[in-house]
Amino acid sequence: MLTKRIIACLDVHDGRVVKGVQFVDLVDAGDPATQAARHAREGADEIVLLDITATHEGRQTLLDTVRRTARELFVPFCVGGGIRSATDAAQVFEAGADKVSINSAALAKPQLIEEIGRSFGAQAVVVAIDARRDPAASDPVRDAQVFVQGGRKLAGRRVVEWAREAEDRGAGEILLTSMDCDGTRTGFDCELTAAVSEAVGIPVIASGGAGTVAHFADVFGRGKADAALAASIFHFGVSSARSLKEELAKAGVSVRLPC
Amino acid sequence: MRVTVIDYKAGNLTSVLKTLRHLGAEAVVTDGDLALVEAAERIVLPGVGHFAATERLDATGLTAAIRAAIARGIPFLGICVGMQWLYAGSSEAPNQPGLGHFAESCTHFSESPEKVPHVGWNSLEIRPNSRLLAGVEPGEYVYFTHSYKAPVTADTAAVTHYIEPFSAAVERANVMGVQFHPEKSGATGLKILNNFLNWNAEGGQC
Repeated sequence: MLTKRIIACLDVHDGRVVKGVQFVDLVDAGDPATQAARHAREGADEIVLLDITATHEGRQTLLDTVRRTARELFVPFCVGGGIRSATDAAQVFEAGADKVSINSAALAKPQLIEEIGRSFGAQAVVVAIDARRDPAASDPVRDAQVFVQGGRKLAGRRVVEWAREAEDRGAGEILLTSMDCDGTRTGFDCELTAAVSEAVGIPVIASGGAGTVAHFADVFGRGKADAALAASIFHFGVSSARSLKEELAKAGVSVRLPC
Repeated sequence: MRVTVIDYKAGNLTSVLKTLRHLGAEAVVTDGDLALVEAAERIVLPGVGHFAATERLDATGLTAAIRAAIARGIPFLGICVGMQWLYAGSSEAPNQPGLGHFAESCTHFSESPEKVPHVGWNSLEIRPNSRLLAGVEPGEYVYFTHSYKAPVTADTAAVTHYIEPFSAAVERANVMGVQFHPEKSGATGLKILNNFLNWNAEGGQC
């Protein structure tokens, strides 16, 4: 049976893992390679490394960090942040990533999705969408506003229509972050996740708001997520992928339990 | 152990190379140097992306060289599209023939409410006497990402269920294929690749 994936996310700033609340107030949470290896050992199904400041500061993704992190990692490894071209993506793949996550660049130049997919396959292209509910819209959830540049700027797109376009252009997965919930540990935005998951035929990874085991069970059920991503819950020894999965299995969610 | 990894410009080889080297193999890459296929002790054909990309194997003479190596008894492992290439063909690219080592063809998943591609960790139902999967316990999980699949036949070494049962692994003597990505399947995947590296004609495992 296909299991629900638990993805450990490492937000990286200047080569260190950091965690913020609603995209600001960063605190140090360790070395990326060490953290990635620990999460994989403890049963994370996948590792995502996001260079959260690369786009904003116009820097290239930290290829050395990617190379070092990938070296001893034998689970899927996705890297995002600062990937603006197929050439940038090729360098990240060459450094050891299996997938790239593109966000601002895909909105600025949607054909980038096709370009990367053509060379590396659709499975290698994850389109990340940062969205915030729009209370002024007739449907605040389906028409949630999409943001770029790490949540700093409105993209002028609505979440469902942009997710569909990304799929049509050949994205392999959608990584959907609720900016309303990010870092709050009050639960995923299940309505937002379900709206996107029902609108597309590709897997949707829910992100933003993980705090308890019940939140994960909820987003896999009500939220119709295929995978869920968490960062802060795994740092500072708060929880591990293993304990999270054991609890989810008890709650009836199909997960891969580490041997 | 010298492993020749075939590059047919259909995606990224880094993960496969890194994992083979981690397991102690000397992995070399060829995108057309047939001498590297002739000198190979093991051949790995990775694969992500579109079946049509395998056209390059014919154009470069690699198909013929691989066929000859297989006939000499060199162990061969196809991964993902590399496994599908072992069959007669795939409905993904109907005009592009596969190697035809296995007579059947690969097809898209049937219409279903389930999402396609099949992405994530799914379990293996292992058939008896698989040498590639020796030591893998029933129900161990491996990582998949694909939209096309091979049918279950007498050569199937492991079955996985998603929408319908399909061949997660295939094996006949020295020719083996896996639909999943062993290089991305944690300890289980490493065990499987190790079995491949230690495969010998006598049937023993190191």
